[in-house]
Amino acid sequence: MTEFRTPDEELARFRRRVLVAGIFIVVCFGLLAARFYFLQVVQYDYFHTRAEDNRIGLLPIVPNRGAILDRNGVVLARNFAAYTLEITPSRVADLDAAIDALGEVITIDARDRRRFRKLLEESRNFESVPIRNRLSDEEVARFVARRYRFPGVEVRARLFRDYPQGELASHVVGYIGRINARDEERIEERGETANYRGSDHIGKSGLELSYEADLHGVTGVEQVEVNAGGRAVRLISRAPATAGRDLELTLDIELQKVAEAAFGDRRGALVAIDPRNGGILALASKPTFDPNLFVDGISTADWSALNDSPDHPLLNRAIYSTYPPGSTFKPFMALAALETGKRTAKQTIADPGYFMFAGRRFMDDKIGGHGTVDLHESIVVSCNTYYYQLANDLGIEGIANFMAPLGFGSRTGIDIPGEAEGVLPSPAWKRGRFRKVEQQRWYGGETISVGIGQGYNAYTPLQLANALATVVNGGKVFRPHVVRDVVDTATGGRRVVEPAPLRQLPLKAEHLAAVRQAMVDVNKGGTGARAFAGAPYSAGGKTGTAQVYSLKGSRYVAGRVTERLRDHSWFIAYAPAENPTIALAVLVENGGFGAQSAAPIARRVIDYHLLGNRDSEPAREDADARDGEADDAHEGHDGQEGPVEHGQDTAPDADLLHTEIGR
Amino acid sequence: MTDQRFHPLNLLRAALRPIDPVLFALLAVILGYAFVLMQSASPERIPSLLANAAVALSAMWLAARLSPQRLLALALPLYAVGVLLLVAVDLFGETSKGATRWLDIGITRIQPSELMKIAMPLMLAWYFQQREGQIGLRDFIVAGVLLVVPVGLILVQPDLGTSLLVTAAGVYVIFFAGLSWKLIVPVALVGIVGVGAIVGFGDQLCQPDVDWQVLREYQKHRVCTLLDPTQDPLGKGFHIIQSTIAIGSGGVLGKGWMEGTQTHLSFIPERHTDFIFSVLAEEFGLVGTLVLLASYLLLLLRGFTIALQAPSLAARLLAGSITMIFFTYAFVNMGMVSGILPVVGVPLPFISYGGTALVTLCLGVGILMSIQRSRATGQG
Repeated sequence: MTEFRTPDEELARFRRRVLVAGIFIVVCFGLLAARFYFLQVVQYDYFHTRAEDNRIGLLPIVPNRGAILDRNGVVLARNFAAYTLEITPSRVADLDAAIDALGEVITIDARDRRRFRKLLEESRNFESVPIRNRLSDEEVARFVARRYRFPGVEVRARLFRDYPQGELASHVVGYIGRINARDEERIEERGETANYRGSDHIGKSGLELSYEADLHGVTGVEQVEVNAGGRAVRLISRAPATAGRDLELTLDIELQKVAEAAFGDRRGALVAIDPRNGGILALASKPTFDPNLFVDGISTADWSALNDSPDHPLLNRAIYSTYPPGSTFKPFMALAALETGKRTAKQTIADPGYFMFAGRRFMDDKIGGHGTVDLHESIVVSCNTYYYQLANDLGIEGIANFMAPLGFGSRTGIDIPGEAEGVLPSPAWKRGRFRKVEQQRWYGGETISVGIGQGYNAYTPLQLANALATVVNGGKVFRPHVVRDVVDTATGGRRVVEPAPLRQLPLKAEHLAAVRQAMVDVNKGGTGARAFAGAPYSAGGKTGTAQVYSLKGSRYVAGRVTERLRDHSWFIAYAPAENPTIALAVLVENGGFGAQSAAPIARRVIDYHLLGNRDSEPAREDADARDGEADDAHEGHDGQEGPVEHGQDTAPDADLLHTEIGR
Repeated sequence: MTDQRFHPLNLLRAALRPIDPVLFALLAVILGYAFVLMQSASPERIPSLLANAAVALSAMWLAARLSPQRLLALALPLYAVGVLLLVAVDLFGETSKGATRWLDIGITRIQPSELMKIAMPLMLAWYFQQREGQIGLRDFIVAGVLLVVPVGLILVQPDLGTSLLVTAAGVYVIFFAGLSWKLIVPVALVGIVGVGAIVGFGDQLCQPDVDWQVLREYQKHRVCTLLDPTQDPLGKGFHIIQSTIAIGSGGVLGKGWMEGTQTHLSFIPERHTDFIFSVLAEEFGLVGTLVLLASYLLLLLRGFTIALQAPSLAARLLAGSITMIFFTYAFVNMGMVSGILPVVGVPLPFISYGGTALVTLCLGVGILMSIQRSRATGQG
């Protein structure tokens, strides 16, 4: 239809345009043809020679990966050379037949075959793919004698990564694994494609990942003459590889061993920091896993065992899981009281056993209350009423403003990847966290819960340990670090991981002293006294209990709730009291009261650190110990009435937060 | 009568009716190249190449069966969906190789920028059809906006290769619609001067601390590598050096099928995708490359013939633009592999391994067939 209406003129213009386009195409193709003629005819001799020269191949020399050593030089990660049996698929006609034939000479089990298939899919053409790793000398000899039967199959020496400590400190050290498509993209982004030519493995987690650039080293190049089959026949020149740098840690593997043993089968985390420089002395997350499983590609069975376990062994609880700090928050609250001038150390309150707010009763643990309580007493006996009132006087903004510089609710910047931010609650945070307007409003009652470390509070054990380190070192905030030095093995040069503090908080010495004195007395006659009975040194501490589940209206009785809903047990401690060399935070998931599970572990670790006492048995739970604050925290909501709905149901449940991530 | 209709032979004839024999024969020759080269470059991919070809030819057949009007009726929805998906990619897309191009829709990952290669010329052709007889400067401005929005969205991903192809697709429609030479010439001049400046001052511009503002770091590397491939022979320049050696050492007759040393000693990177042309040039020499060039030229000639005979303005513009897109693919790929254009990641049309691109290209062929048939059957 429309063709009749199209003006001839327009059609004529279209024809002219097509003609122009046609001429353009012919010119461009002519250009290409000329280029091909130039390359293939005029310069043929030159390129022919170059192609022949290409028989002189450039082969990458893979650098030796750096080792990881603890503070005393104990090896945590190293390489060893071993023989592998490798197949170049393009040179083998029938792979299955060849593997079957090989199986008659050398043991090749179903797992080897599965892994070979998987690697084969990922590999590039003309690359040799390992079918068996770690051949014994005898197996090598047996294969070499029959080599003529297996064209395209070779024995090669390769370096393997080994983690001699096994499960110990695996969350810190991390592991390497085979380079996958995602890693290749990252390598390309960093512009390191050439440097990884020939590398099979790359850091996947922990220090192996965060210090990948140091550990990997620089790939060398070997010029070799290649025969028509692509096999190197003669070495022409060689630019050696530069080995990766070694990492020397601040971590003390013996201390780590004591800490992990103290947990036994319980789940939890421990972070011990040297408060003088921010160096991590021990960082444990239980349960743990064996990094050696990952090096050659983890088997499906091993992977699902780790990944599907309800205990989440792959999760680094010390830096990724967040929990309400419970009463371990009180020393920091006390410091806030002194620093802001809301309280003096001598000022007392009368504790009737509850705090009334907006027509609701927030209960103390001790029926009838603690009587007259000053700041020192409030920490020693862990008096809730004191902190309910204090929180109300400071206001949520006042609390948030004081806690933020201590590092609560922000990443510490530790040199292990995967750190969580935590939640330092504030009205601004709540507005960002919730969608519905009615949920975004901050209620005064929520401030009261925050004051005793419950409610929306959620911090990592690392944040708590680092904040404690700041309190006991006079206000210096360090970036916690596991690596002390990066050592260039070739030159012996060292790069020291900066020990200078990030910032110095202007905290008054007398205020710090008051809080520290109270924490020392916690371990002398307060909630930590049973755990630290008979210690030949003086240590400061504070127990804490994090609610897992709010039992609305009913009284919390540990025996009645299932294990997974029991409270988390916290303990923070430092020692020696006069000049602390260790500050730590211990968390035992579903461990009940802080004094019950976490405090005995802290005692073990400090005993080893200061005295060298070693105990490889799990620290026993002290079933009689009580923090005194746990049951009240639940009961605090008892009899709530009125319009204020407490935040507990909507709070980011710690258990939920750390189970969500899955791997 | 009714028996005759369901006779297998008649059914086959009916099924083949939309297929243009000339286009199909040329496509078969070029696809033949694809199989022959894949056997040498990456034999294990032959089965999936077969699968890709089957899907792509089905797509072609489906497009050929539809009338041009039906296809053009899809222009607006396709374009709108394409733009929405591109926005979605920029917001929630998956990042791969430093670029966010993929959208995970649950079942599979899709690359909406690929859809735009077809949707763009359809949309513009449809638009000009609406304005037929009264096309003015205002329409070219509208067309320009319709072009710039998705191209901008693809450019921020960033995907230089695809945004160039989509731009080209749109520009060709605008060009065939009759944009004044007074506007074309200055733009072309600016382009030539710009490229000239980059080539002329390449050394200074390629210093590592020079930030190019508009182009991402990896795109800068690609241009700089072209200017001086020897800069980093183990890294980025490796591709171009090795593919030039492969082409040059092929000589007039080539080294013979499966005999290319560059190919088989793994010197040619990505030899089954973007650099498959160097396998051809190495193993089949100048003769092989010129035959391929001629096959493409005939395909383009057929495309233009169809365009010139097309029954409506939209069909004309669409056919002309699709033909030019085929040309662009072929020219840019062969140009980059032989070292006269930068490496922008454009496949060799119908030959490089890659399902999405093959489907897109065969859809283009199907649209050409549809236009050809509408002329033959007299429906405009």
